[in-house]
Amino acid sequence: MTQSNRVQGGLINRDKTINFTFDGKRYQGFEGDTLASALLANNVRLMGRSFKYHRPRGPLTAGSEEPNAIVELREGARQEPNTRATTAELFDGLTAKSQNRWPSLTFDAMAINDRLSNFFAAGFYYKTFMWPAAFWEKVYEPIIRKAAGLGSLSLKSDPDSYDKGFLHCDLLVVGAGPSGLMAALTAARAGAQVIVADEDFMLGGRLNSESLTVGDQTGHAWAQSIAAELATMPNVRIMPRTTVIGAFDHGIYGAVERIADHLPTPPEGKPRQILWRIYSKQTILATGAIERPIAFEQNDRPGIMLASALRSYVNRWAAAPAKRVAVFTNNDDGHRTATDLHAKGIKIAAVIDTRPDAPTSTDYEVLRGAQITDTMGRLGLTFVKVAQADGSQRTIECGALGVSGGWNPNVHLASHQRGRPTWNAEIAAFVPGDTLPHGMHPAGCAAGLFSTHATLKSGVDMAEAALSALGHKVIRPGLPETEDAPVRITPFWHVEGAKRAWLDQQNDVTAKDVKLAHQENFQSVEHLKRYTTLGMATDQGKTSNMGGLAIMAELAGKAIPQVGTTIFRPPYTPTAIGAFAGRSRDEDFRPVRKTPSHTWAEEQGAVFVEVGMWLRAQWFPKAGETHWRQSVDREVLQTRKSVGICDVTTLGKIDVQGTDAATFLNKIYCNPFAKVPVGKVRYGLMLREDGIAMDDGTAARMAEDHFVVTTTTANAVGVYRHMEFVRQCLFPDLDVQLISTTEAWAQYSVAGPNARKLLQKVVDPEHDISNEAFPYMACGDISVSGVRARLFRISFSGELAYEIAVPTRYGDALIRKLVEAGEEFDAVVYGTEALGVMRIEKGHAAGNELNGTTTALNLGMARMVNKKKDSIGSTLSERDGLNTDDALKLVGLKPVDAANPVPAGAHLMTKGDPVDAAHDQGYVTSACFSPNLGHHIAIGYLKRGDARMGEVIRLVSPLTGVDHDVEVVSAHFIDPEGDRLRV
Amino acid sequence: MSDFRPLTPLGAHEPRTDTHGPVTLTEVVDTALASCSSRLGHEAQARSALQDFLGFALPEPGQSVSNDPYGAFWMGPDQWMICAPHGTHEGLAAQIKEAVGETASVTEQNDAWCRFDLTGDHLPAVFERLCAVDLRSWSGGEATRTSIDHLGCFLVMTNPDHVRVLGPRSSAGSLHHALLTAMRSAL
Repeated sequence: MTQSNRVQGGLINRDKTINFTFDGKRYQGFEGDTLASALLANNVRLMGRSFKYHRPRGPLTAGSEEPNAIVELREGARQEPNTRATTAELFDGLTAKSQNRWPSLTFDAMAINDRLSNFFAAGFYYKTFMWPAAFWEKVYEPIIRKAAGLGSLSLKSDPDSYDKGFLHCDLLVVGAGPSGLMAALTAARAGAQVIVADEDFMLGGRLNSESLTVGDQTGHAWAQSIAAELATMPNVRIMPRTTVIGAFDHGIYGAVERIADHLPTPPEGKPRQILWRIYSKQTILATGAIERPIAFEQNDRPGIMLASALRSYVNRWAAAPAKRVAVFTNNDDGHRTATDLHAKGIKIAAVIDTRPDAPTSTDYEVLRGAQITDTMGRLGLTFVKVAQADGSQRTIECGALGVSGGWNPNVHLASHQRGRPTWNAEIAAFVPGDTLPHGMHPAGCAAGLFSTHATLKSGVDMAEAALSALGHKVIRPGLPETEDAPVRITPFWHVEGAKRAWLDQQNDVTAKDVKLAHQENFQSVEHLKRYTTLGMATDQGKTSNMGGLAIMAELAGKAIPQVGTTIFRPPYTPTAIGAFAGRSRDEDFRPVRKTPSHTWAEEQGAVFVEVGMWLRAQWFPKAGETHWRQSVDREVLQTRKSVGICDVTTLGKIDVQGTDAATFLNKIYCNPFAKVPVGKVRYGLMLREDGIAMDDGTAARMAEDHFVVTTTTANAVGVYRHMEFVRQCLFPDLDVQLISTTEAWAQYSVAGPNARKLLQKVVDPEHDISNEAFPYMACGDISVSGVRARLFRISFSGELAYEIAVPTRYGDALIRKLVEAGEEFDAVVYGTEALGVMRIEKGHAAGNELNGTTTALNLGMARMVNKKKDSIGSTLSERDGLNTDDALKLVGLKPVDAANPVPAGAHLMTKGDPVDAAHDQGYVTSACFSPNLGHHIAIGYLKRGDARMGEVIRLVSPLTGVDHDVEVVSAHFIDPEGDRLRV
Repeated sequence: MSDFRPLTPLGAHEPRTDTHGPVTLTEVVDTALASCSSRLGHEAQARSALQDFLGFALPEPGQSVSNDPYGAFWMGPDQWMICAPHGTHEGLAAQIKEAVGETASVTEQNDAWCRFDLTGDHLPAVFERLCAVDLRSWSGGEATRTSIDHLGCFLVMTNPDHVRVLGPRSSAGSLHHALLTAMRSAL
């Protein structure tokens, strides 16, 4: 019979039947059900196996705090492990599987662990798997991981997308229970911008689970009427299925909105979830409270759950976990469960109350001053054993047991910024302390106010407090009449003498484990947590932490507040990693920057490489070329022979203007810039404050008060940031203005003996770019096809070379024009590989050499650090440690046997010396095959390198098996005199 | 007239338009831009000269003006971005420099940026998936710098159903993708 445990009533839509499967078996539920409520309605109490001992478990709760009913939802790539059956909304076609069992849930071979429990006490791993050390990773850990655990991953890419978003409000109300709704109503009527977020799909909080009335309505109906009013107000945003997972600085909260978790698949184009960053001016913490269990022998059997959960299943979901039910409580609230279930016709076997003065009932038996000492039922509860006040034992038959040890306010968000909760003895629970996040106001149960009247009133009070802080005028809404019962509780944490009394059901931590931790001196709560794993994993101990603290306090002879709580950290509930990633995944992991010639390069079949976010052409393969070296060698040889073109737009360009522009650059660069003539470019080296080389580049003086500075591609942002810092913080009195123009100009290098001839065909004829009119290191404004352009005669390749720039929109047209004009010279377009080869042949430093550890001295540029002026890094570059006699110097290296490569990263050793770090002489920074020289070459740093020209030295790389001889030579392999630059 | 045929930031010869639900996303290429930053000690003269050139009062921090042909938005202390149609004002930077003389530094920014305009209803719903700007509190005439899809962008609202996004030109494709994705996601 389907849904044999349904009772009347409930907030489910019986007109809409939903089909689903659990462990392959088909079931039916109704719209409004969770997976857990639907399974209970179908008389399924067993929903999972525990983490360590594989004990049969059913739901302990009816909410997000659930430790036990953890399942795998869906199939294929959407399979999601470790999902709480208690919050999973039922949808047609839902498939769910139990976890951590083999071969089946009812017969789990790994349950042998339970029989061996004496061996698996807290600290077991640490004590047992000590020897041999190497076995931990290879043997022990894999075995333990297989035996213990939760769900399994699909190992497929998540097919869903996730959004990130940003919201702003005057008042964020976290939780839409009675206090939250009342606070939201108060604030909304006052005209404030209000966001109400609740993790449930139905607003109302506990009102949906209780039988009490508010005004002349049921609690649920009242909640719906408030929600309906809020929904009509344009200043209110109601966010169901939204969990506020963290409280961060300055009133910022993280919230996960589940857009499509209740649907088979998200609608086209829509995300599965959204991670919201909510900027709130004030916040109402209306997160409610979570009931806590009592620890007693064998208290984890399916069917044993929190009394409030039992009430929720019956009242809200019309699902009775069993036909015969008992309640075990230490407070009056537990009696509500008995009353409500009795009213629904469920047999109350007994209410076992630890208090001698417990209230009695005419409807069912109340055992005052009694305790449960044991339970029975292998896969589900059948009997409880009770020790009565008079010392007699009694066995009571029941299929479900509601346990209430009192309620813990949900102080998590109040404590995310290290706010410590304080102990409230009246309710025997922690409440939010004084050190709250800015603008937070705890209300209702979260503040330890447990009667419905008190929660409603506190909602209004706190909204008023929050809004008056914002200067809003509040008209207090009238409070409807409702219950106002006092909290009557006598703390009772665990039944004495119980051996297997579960505190943390998710981690299989017992009262005995806590005692062991105490005995072994792990007495701080944080140590207790690490040693026993109490409070870890997906539920973060929401139902277990207090029990552990109480027992530790008892053992240590302290009061609970003296023991304190562990640190609360976000997220409040498990959050998909996908939500944190948002859209930044796969090809959208980060934005792409494309060069102005990208379209053209794609047409040529260029092979691209990522340089930072830029996509740059690495080389341009031609027909017949089967290896990248063929393309690169061709590009290099042809450039040096005739002319080559390269897109160099990615180099940073910074516009520096102002009457003090030259003075400013004189500070930025270690070499002099004050006297650079207008129309000239100068190479510059920039040092960090500590004297280490930061970046190199050029500065072109376009006018007396205007420079265009270029940076390396990789350091463009860093250099700009550095220059802004220098401008704003170090020299605010200088008249200088900066702005990046990297993206504004498409810039191409035209290099090689025929560079000028090619450009003369392209540059408009009124501009004389002859060697006389436009010599080496000249710069100026020109035009190309009538378009304004800039020309710089600078060279990275060592050839006669220019860089020509046009506004970026014309970059595509310019590359096509250059290629067309270059046809008669057999011009090539070259990529970053050829660029690299040519700069190594020329001995030019790049990122590999400016590697954050090297100085101007190392680079062979010590004389560039001008001592007639003060520039950034100049003074600290004089530090003794940077100026030793055996300082590293940049040298060239060529193999003694021409067939050998000279790989970058290999280290240099003096011949005859041992190969160890103490004798290290330096290392190779950049290497390539030089098609011009016909063998491999490299540049690198060698101690006293400038004095060791001609020395044969040992090149070693133990990692890659390199060990051969290289000769120390000048780093300038090609045209060392620089004649080619000036022709 | 130059034989150089410009490419749009998205790499085509014609600007792209996409519509999803009530919102249209348009790649706008007819925009000339110039940054204008006052020289130290000449802030008042620069402001005055620039206002004379533009014919309107310069916007305060967080504000923008979108007139015809000129527009402007605040970029930093004594620094503004000036906009005009590219077709008629390609030489905008030079024109402004002539007007402000030595009182301000002017830099051409025409092609440093790509521009996408979003027009239609429910723009706040789109932008709340993109950036931390509280667009619901805007009514037109605002501007700010923000981060969209890891890219530093300017947002300019001319009126509640028209928002301009200026982003780094080289990443136009990524920015366009982000905007379109947010439209499909939110609307």
